[in-house]
Amino acid sequence: MKQRTGRAAEIGLLTFAAVIVSCALIIVELNQDQQLSWDLAWYGGGYLLALLITHLLVRWLAPYADPVLMPVAALLNGLGLVMIHRLDLADVARAKAGGDPTGALEAPLQLMWTAVALGLFLLVLLVVRDHTKLQNYAYTLALAGVVFLAIPAILPARYSAVNGAKIWIKIPGLFSIQPSEFAKIALIIFCAAFLSSRVGVLGQAGKRFLGLTLPRMRDLGPLALVLVIALGILVRGNDLGTSLLLFGIVLVMLYLATSRISWVIICLLAFGAGCVLMYQLFPHFKVRVDIWLHPFADPSGSSYQLVQSLFGLGTGGIFGTGLGAGRPDLVPFASTDFITAAFGEELGLVGLTVIIVLYMLLTSRGIRTGIAARDKFGALLAGGLAFSIALQVFIIVGGVTRLIPLTGLTTPFLSYGGSSLLANYMILALLVRISDSSRRPPPPPPVLGASSADDAAGAGGTGGPGGSGPDGSGPGSSGETGRVRLGKPQQLGEVHTQMLTVPGRRGRDGGQASAGKGKDAGRGTGNGRGSER
Amino acid sequence: MSRPLGSLQRPLRKIGTAMLVLLCLLLVNLAYTQVIKASDYSSNPLNRRTQLADFNRQRGQISAAGGVVLASSVPSDDQFRYQRSYPRGAAFANLTGYLSLRYGKTGLESSQNALLSGDDPELTVTNLSDLVTGRDPRGANVELTVVPKLQQVAYDQLASKNLTGAVVALQPKTGAVLAMVTSPSFNPNPLASHSTDTQREAYNKLREALTTTAPDPTVNRAIESVYPPGSTFKLVVSAAALQNGFTPNSAVTGVNRITLPGTGGATLSNYGGETCANRGGSDVTLTQALAHSCNTAFAEVAMKVGAAKLKEQAASFGVGESASIAGLPGAASRVGDMPDQAAVAQSGIGQRDVAFSPMQNAEVVASIANAGQRMQPYLVSRVTKPDLSLLSSTEPTSMGQAVPTEIAGQIRDMMRESEKSLQSSLGQQQFAQYDIASKTGTAEHGSNPKTTPPHAWYVAFAPATDPQIAVAVFVANGGDRGLSATGASVAGPVGHAVIAAALGGG
Repeated sequence: MKQRTGRAAEIGLLTFAAVIVSCALIIVELNQDQQLSWDLAWYGGGYLLALLITHLLVRWLAPYADPVLMPVAALLNGLGLVMIHRLDLADVARAKAGGDPTGALEAPLQLMWTAVALGLFLLVLLVVRDHTKLQNYAYTLALAGVVFLAIPAILPARYSAVNGAKIWIKIPGLFSIQPSEFAKIALIIFCAAFLSSRVGVLGQAGKRFLGLTLPRMRDLGPLALVLVIALGILVRGNDLGTSLLLFGIVLVMLYLATSRISWVIICLLAFGAGCVLMYQLFPHFKVRVDIWLHPFADPSGSSYQLVQSLFGLGTGGIFGTGLGAGRPDLVPFASTDFITAAFGEELGLVGLTVIIVLYMLLTSRGIRTGIAARDKFGALLAGGLAFSIALQVFIIVGGVTRLIPLTGLTTPFLSYGGSSLLANYMILALLVRISDSSRRPPPPPPVLGASSADDAAGAGGTGGPGGSGPDGSGPGSSGETGRVRLGKPQQLGEVHTQMLTVPGRRGRDGGQASAGKGKDAGRGTGNGRGSER
Repeated sequence: MSRPLGSLQRPLRKIGTAMLVLLCLLLVNLAYTQVIKASDYSSNPLNRRTQLADFNRQRGQISAAGGVVLASSVPSDDQFRYQRSYPRGAAFANLTGYLSLRYGKTGLESSQNALLSGDDPELTVTNLSDLVTGRDPRGANVELTVVPKLQQVAYDQLASKNLTGAVVALQPKTGAVLAMVTSPSFNPNPLASHSTDTQREAYNKLREALTTTAPDPTVNRAIESVYPPGSTFKLVVSAAALQNGFTPNSAVTGVNRITLPGTGGATLSNYGGETCANRGGSDVTLTQALAHSCNTAFAEVAMKVGAAKLKEQAASFGVGESASIAGLPGAASRVGDMPDQAAVAQSGIGQRDVAFSPMQNAEVVASIANAGQRMQPYLVSRVTKPDLSLLSSTEPTSMGQAVPTEIAGQIRDMMRESEKSLQSSLGQQQFAQYDIASKTGTAEHGSNPKTTPPHAWYVAFAPATDPQIAVAVFVANGGDRGLSATGASVAGPVGHAVIAAALGGG
């Protein structure tokens, strides 16, 4: 029964993550010749307690959620905490040697943010009991996201610029928020809602040009508008990393909704042309590319950060110097943008490979959540969110390791930063919510036939759905429905998304309303399936 | 309920694959960065980690003769495991140099770094076994030939009177450097401090000299700089003359002034415009000319010997070779082109384009002391592994016969006369017991030599019959005597003190 929900697996994996994080922390302390103090035990204990509480509440809020998502995020978060603490120790030592006052410690703050983020994670699970309801707020979210994104551009630099990037909202001395992290989620939700409402129309109408079917402007108009505004704001604020991220996410979600590789190619060509243009027009952009191509041309000037990062990675080699035994603090922004370089130096290629594999695991489970989702919106949302994590990791780690030009982004769950942590736990909460709904067994009067076999596969979290009947008939019918319904109240997002609600989901809504009943039923069927396998 | 989502599953799978490919690209690039490019990055001189590693492992020690520690790594309980310390401070700073976190390394810390840090290929076997046994890799120890007492005496002689100068003492039979001193010097300890502020303060103090007229404490004057040798060059001229028809008793001119040929009346005169040995201008012997350092006599002797033979003789003393020793940077001494007879005359008294490092001058006297055979000076006597077993040791190397043995003996006797003359002029008889053979030099320099205090030189070896030490003392710009300074009055006492310390026992 517990195998069925995956909660036992989750607590097992969480324990595993906790053991690894604790060991890492102890190794850091030993290598830094620190006394193992009770303070540290409090920190460690606090982190473990927060995880335990979160797990127990997930049992209540999303009992059928994918058991791998949370532990992987917790492990990455914990490793990040250890590294941030380790960098704190280096800062303290450096301040002591230089006779300077010790700066603010980042690890306690990050731990506080972890607690807040776990709270937010639970809050999202509590509030969003049915992810499909998010569609009702698609346009509201898009508007809020764009406005939020625009605030730093409007604010004076004193309240918005950190290290030259005008992408923050900061109240000096109190807090600073990076709106792009949250706007990203709002835009993904909007994108998923918008595209899922137009799945049928998108690929079918439009002019043909050189063998490609071009989308009609009115089908993509709102999305294109939102994207252009968002990218405009970001490029103006010199936030190339987030621009690239948003563009990539929307592109992939467009592909998910239409299966048209041709559009992806068109967009990539446009992107390439845009890059060439920007290289010519924006000195800022040109500098980034030049640093990437020739990092050792100006190693103590413009490319200092990248060169230091490469030195760290090179010194780490295959096995690393050992946690706490290297000098990752020599790399600027080691706790935020360059945390991968810090891990690469102290844990080596082996350690970084493990971290990348953790991201592979996390994002693959996200994609799997999308595949198992029972609604288009959920599938698109899960796919978009999972891909956003993967692309963000690719952009920042690729930048730090000189695979692509360096653009500033945080490394999800690892990097120091409240906004990043909160936003990523929100993403995690949405994935957990979607996976819970897809793995949740159907309500008591079970539907016979192929669809129940589907559910079994989805719930088990292995393999793809087997039902071929719905697969074949699905797109046509839903597309038809979508087009017909959309014909009526085009401009009112809330209304038309409500109209989209398909009978199948209604049924699930019923199941969710009586959550206890659904769970009981699930246990019943779960036992049966468990024994079959 | 049906699943109308077939259309999304295929693209999702494809995106899932694309995602994994992206992340795999990261892994491939990481493998390239951390395996193939790793050693490039980790050994890049801009990578401060290698430098920082020096503070976290037990670097080998630098010691002087008798095991006196000049530089060692002592355990430290701050952010680094070891603190580099220089217990003998400024007197040895031109040898040890410093190892600073912010400002890099200098001196032997830099030139012997591979051995001291343990990175030298010869040490890798030891360090591999250290890795297996779990001990921190340690560096090799470098032992110098320097005798701490002599180095300290020589440094104190210069530093106590605020003299700018250098002392080089060699063991004539082997070429071992017994002392190599420069003044002013600096205390290397604050530069090796783990406190950034202390380092910065000490470094800024070192650099002050560059913006003022104060002498630069980072210059190792013993080997890095060349100065006109003045009358000490007469030893080289004598060596050439005695091989070309002259004897110690040959008659040479004793006039107070001669006119330089082909200059339209330019003259060259003796020190203070006196006649040689105050004998009214009558001829003197070569020995007397050397003892009283008569310029007119040696100008004429040089012209008779000729530029070619002078250059040849200088070269056989090592002039033209770099004074670099144990990897410490050194300058090459020179005699100049000597294009005409006037130039030869001026060069014959160690002026014009002739420029010697104190090390070069010490080599000249050491070769004369060693029966004419020039030995290659060396500073490192041996290198021991971290476990104190021998890694390498230096064998004395002969650089060939600078002058025939017989002529070396003649010069030696002439130098004894010179020392007698010096001691009587100083009114000091207490050094007679050491049987010193010497030559002083007072070298003019600067754009207006009459108003610029001269450089003072003293080169000597003792005991003359069984030489144990050859020494060259250089004091810049008149030392504490200003325009009236002479080699005898300024450099002589320093040399005497060093010789007394070397031979006085105790």
